[in-house]
Amino acid sequence: MDTLDLARWQFAITTVYHFFFVPVTLSLVAVTAGLQTAWYRTGKEKYLRLTKFYGKLFLINIAMGVVTGLVQEFQFGMNWSDYSRFVGDVFGAPLALEGLLAFFLESTFIGLWIFGWDRLPKKVHLACIWMVVLGTQLSAYFILAANSWMQNPVGFRYNAERGRAELTDIGAVLTNKVVLVTYPHTIFAAFMVGGAFVAAVALWHLIRRPGVDTGAFRTALRLGAVMLIVAGAGVALSGDQQGKVMTEVQPMKMAAAEALYESEKPASFSIFTVGTLDGSREIYSVKVPYLLSFLATGHFDGEVKGINNLQESYEKLYGPGSYKPNVPLTYWTFRLMIGVGMTAAGLAVLLLWATRKGRAPHRLLLWLAVPLPLLPLLANVFGWVFTETGRQPWLVFGLLPTSAGVSPGTTMSEVLISLIGFTALYGVLAVVEVKLMLKSIRAGLAGASPLPGDPPDDAPDDAAKPLSFAY
Amino acid sequence: MELTTLWFLVIAGLWIGYFVLEGFDFGVGILLRVLGRDEPERRAVITTIGPVWDGNEVWLIVAGAMTFAAFPEWYATLFSAFYLPLFFILVALILRGVALEYRGKRDDLVWRSRMDTIIAVSSLVLPLLWGIAFANLVRGLPLDASHEFVGNLGTLLNPFALLGGVAFTALFVAHGAIFLSLKTTGDLRERANRFAAATGLAAAVLVVGFLAWAHLQYGTGASVVVAALAAAALVAGLVANRLAREGWAFLGTAVAVALGVVSLFVALFPNVMPSTLDPAWSLTVTNASSTPYTLKVLTVIAAIFLPLVMLYQGWTYWVFKKRVTVEPVVVS
Ligand code: HDD
Ligand code: HEM
Ligand code: HEM
Repeated sequence: MDTLDLARWQFAITTVYHFFFVPVTLSLVAVTAGLQTAWYRTGKEKYLRLTKFYGKLFLINIAMGVVTGLVQEFQFGMNWSDYSRFVGDVFGAPLALEGLLAFFLESTFIGLWIFGWDRLPKKVHLACIWMVVLGTQLSAYFILAANSWMQNPVGFRYNAERGRAELTDIGAVLTNKVVLVTYPHTIFAAFMVGGAFVAAVALWHLIRRPGVDTGAFRTALRLGAVMLIVAGAGVALSGDQQGKVMTEVQPMKMAAAEALYESEKPASFSIFTVGTLDGSREIYSVKVPYLLSFLATGHFDGEVKGINNLQESYEKLYGPGSYKPNVPLTYWTFRLMIGVGMTAAGLAVLLLWATRKGRAPHRLLLWLAVPLPLLPLLANVFGWVFTETGRQPWLVFGLLPTSAGVSPGTTMSEVLISLIGFTALYGVLAVVEVKLMLKSIRAGLAGASPLPGDPPDDAPDDAAKPLSFAY
Repeated sequence: MELTTLWFLVIAGLWIGYFVLEGFDFGVGILLRVLGRDEPERRAVITTIGPVWDGNEVWLIVAGAMTFAAFPEWYATLFSAFYLPLFFILVALILRGVALEYRGKRDDLVWRSRMDTIIAVSSLVLPLLWGIAFANLVRGLPLDASHEFVGNLGTLLNPFALLGGVAFTALFVAHGAIFLSLKTTGDLRERANRFAAATGLAAAVLVVGFLAWAHLQYGTGASVVVAALAAAALVAGLVANRLAREGWAFLGTAVAVALGVVSLFVALFPNVMPSTLDPAWSLTVTNASSTPYTLKVLTVIAAIFLPLVMLYQGWTYWVFKKRVTVEPVVVS
């Protein structure tokens, strides 16, 4: 272990942790906005109570998303200062856009939404939550544009004298072909998590509290399940696109994803492989002929390059060294992403079927309540671990090796202190947040409170009556 | 004006936004248990900053992101040099954010009281650390020829920096107390006013002492003038507070915070991080900056969206302009 390894572990831990909350935020805020819109349109109290219920869960979640995001923003400079020097000219622009366009919007309008229930006209109040939706979407787009630039650098020139990448075309960075496929894929993946979460919570209530708010929770269950299925289809379609782009810009990642050592034409997709321990040769595998060719190139007989062939050509291009990522890791995370995520979509079909025509879900389905949202969440993590470790040994593909990005002046003990500190703190916070979530979920829909309508003209001076879930 | 100078000003402006806005919510946090005597009062105290503190904090995130984009070398050196202070700042920001958001999510007095303690302690630690960081920025750091920091935590904890930390904290306490007297009613409002009056002199002495040391040793003619104006604004604000002119008092401390920050940036310019080892190794607006193309792109973005942000954040303050009253609450 050296400073580099510790810094990598720290980045992986803090980012994966941030990404536990991000998909939930991205989707739950949209659900909340949708429910509030339904209430605004129909005036049905059911929708108002659901809005407040899922809105509160959303607020508990986003608090964690925000504080863990702060760490992300600082950590580039703290642990990866040489990387920051190298990429700042290019990478800084999307990050600055994210802060200025997205974070201000989110944080300001969330405050207005929480405290504005009895302050703002209904329509304006509804618009506030939609502004938060917009903010989260922009945030995702810009940060993914930044990440996509690391996967496929475009719109820049290399300045050898200063040893850095310099922006030449911001438009190219924001329309990188990688971000164009990554953004929909990530959003759909996030909506799978949200759909599963909404459905699971409703399922728990329907089974454990039969007769209590059954109508509202049936609506929520079916809404969540449909979301999960539709988003699942979206993920599969966009993932297919992503595979093709990835084969084009990072062929090594595709080869590693398939543990394909020698180029094949046509190539088959392996569902399961046992390889030698060092991952350099396969012993046994189950394969679907032609499928990989199709995934990677769009043709059933397209050629897919193998790891060994790519290694050879990279050595010619970039000099001696290993250009292979960790093959077993990329191979398995790729499969787990697809398998675990699609299982969740399958379960959603089961839930829809089990609640068809007004039926109450069977008691045994209670066992699904906990794993259901965890499956797509885990699929998200697997997907990211695949994406990021599959890029290794590069930090910025083809330009900057990971080892050249770490802060030269930072000491081992500093990184160790912060690594232990963040991990411990994150552990404690996870317990606090999950407990709070479960408590709020169990509490169920709030009682039929007086409808917050337009504020009366002569609202008293002390109209600061916060919403039940404010302070 | 050179684009690099313009961006130095924008970065300074973002820090001003951060300290003026989050400054009062730090102060309110510190005073939460001092001025709020029971749950209904503390709830009122928290509600004064409830709708806005998160938006205030984004000024910090954007200051960081803009520094990354406009002055990558500055961002890289600054954040790696202040490694441990920033780690503690992050921990405090995390705890504070979570405590503020989760405080009201349980109907449980013990829980709320614990969250209040976390809010108070983290609100105290943050200005202290920011003061230490900014004082060191003005004082200069041991940077080597490749702009790497070669000191350690001890280097950062010098008497000048510690005074900076205490001065920042004292200023924000006054700023926060005056904000509370502006935003509350009745007994709470009077107590906040009296608290600011009683502690104002101490705050003024610390702030003036720090600014004097900073500018006499590290400043320029211009920075001394700005610092003097900052001190004058602070004194005027404290006098207005004595006269129970709350709006003017708040304006006074807000201007004092803003000008205080300006004076530090004026003292710094054209350096962004002076090296104490060799002036030739200092980071300046020129050798730390991005390319002209990037700065142009950023300028267009900032010219469109920064005014928009100020507009809707201003609107938030207007929506919540009414004073917060103390109301009985039913909690177990
Ligand atoms: C619920 C989560 C989920 C599910 C079910 C899937 N994915 Fe995925 N996938 C992600 C969540 C995700 C992700 C976490 O969001 C990633 C990481 C980076 C990214 O863009 O999305 C990802 C990355 C990712 C990449 C890597 C892109 C790159 O490194 O450039 C590919 C090729 C695919 N996915 C393809 C697929 C296919 C063909 C799927 C199935 C049919 C699939 N994904 C299902
Ligand atoms: C979109 C913005 C993102 C950026 C800019 C980014 C950038 C980085 C950087 C700088 C590193 C450290 C250097 C390295 O090890 O290569 C890294 C590593 C890593 N990131 Fe990302 N990342 C992003 C998103 C994510 C997300 C959302 C996840 C997971 C949920 C993730 C998972 C990881 C992992 C697991 C590593 C460690 C890889 C390794 O060292 O082998 N990243 N990323
Ligand atoms: C490593 C790179 C990343 C950085 C530097 C980063 C930075 C941040 C910061 C500073 C915040 C807090 C904003 C606030 O105070 O309102 C935040 C929240 C957020 N981030 Fe990240 N983030 C990263 C990765 C990602 C990725 C990959 C996504 C999405 C695909 C994402 C989406 C969001 C969203 C939607 C929020 C707002 C809601 C929430 O936090 O749950 N972030 N991020």
